[in-house]
Amino acid sequence: MAVMRLLAMRPGQGEILLAEGDVEDPAVERELIAAFRAELDRGMWAAVPVPAPGGRHEAQLVRSFAEIPRDAERVIFFPRAAGG
Amino acid sequence: MRGYDAARERRAEQRARALLRSCVPDEAWTIYERFGFLYAQPRGRDYAYLIYPYKPLVAYRTDTRELLGEYCVRFNPADARLPPADDVLAKWLAVTADERGLIATANVAAIGSQLEPARLRRDLDRLADWLRTEPAGGE
Repeated sequence: MAVMRLLAMRPGQGEILLAEGDVEDPAVERELIAAFRAELDRGMWAAVPVPAPGGRHEAQLVRSFAEIPRDAERVIFFPRAAGG
Repeated sequence: MRGYDAARERRAEQRARALLRSCVPDEAWTIYERFGFLYAQPRGRDYAYLIYPYKPLVAYRTDTRELLGEYCVRFNPADARLPPADDVLAKWLAVTADERGLIATANVAAIGSQLEPARLRRDLDRLADWLRTEPAGGE
């Protein structure tokens, strides 16, 4: 089972769990997609931590649910960057 | 804006630190725990960034440790801010995923605008010492 968790950073809370479940289950996938779109509509960015060559770690920004690797364990939503 | 609640903020930071630890390399986490900053070197670049909570990203050359510039970005709504570890993680996610996009968003400032150059040099020395002495050091 490929369980995916959608996590969002929130002020005063740390991350919160928005949704989780098996992406291969069509009903669960619909819930994940709905939660994903709702966060993007809030103006959040979405990133997936991924392994990189040479044992490095990096992240991949995703702009649609289809861009998320099917085996991703987590998608992290964080506020969009603005000039400081 | 909700009133400040120290216990709530502490719990939030604990959660944020756990998330940060689960995302970044072990050595980066150790550096954050010890020194209070992260570093990230985008793939194929000869420079890297120091990442502090609520402060600009600081670019530096990895070979000479020359400080290059401050890149001011924020990841917080106007009326609230993320826990420190979440702020650092947001920067790390953005700079490793889309460095060019993040830098294009940033306000660029000279070294010393928000962070003391002496502190930056001290942190670079600490980082270099740690990477030199830790067998598994380096990202």
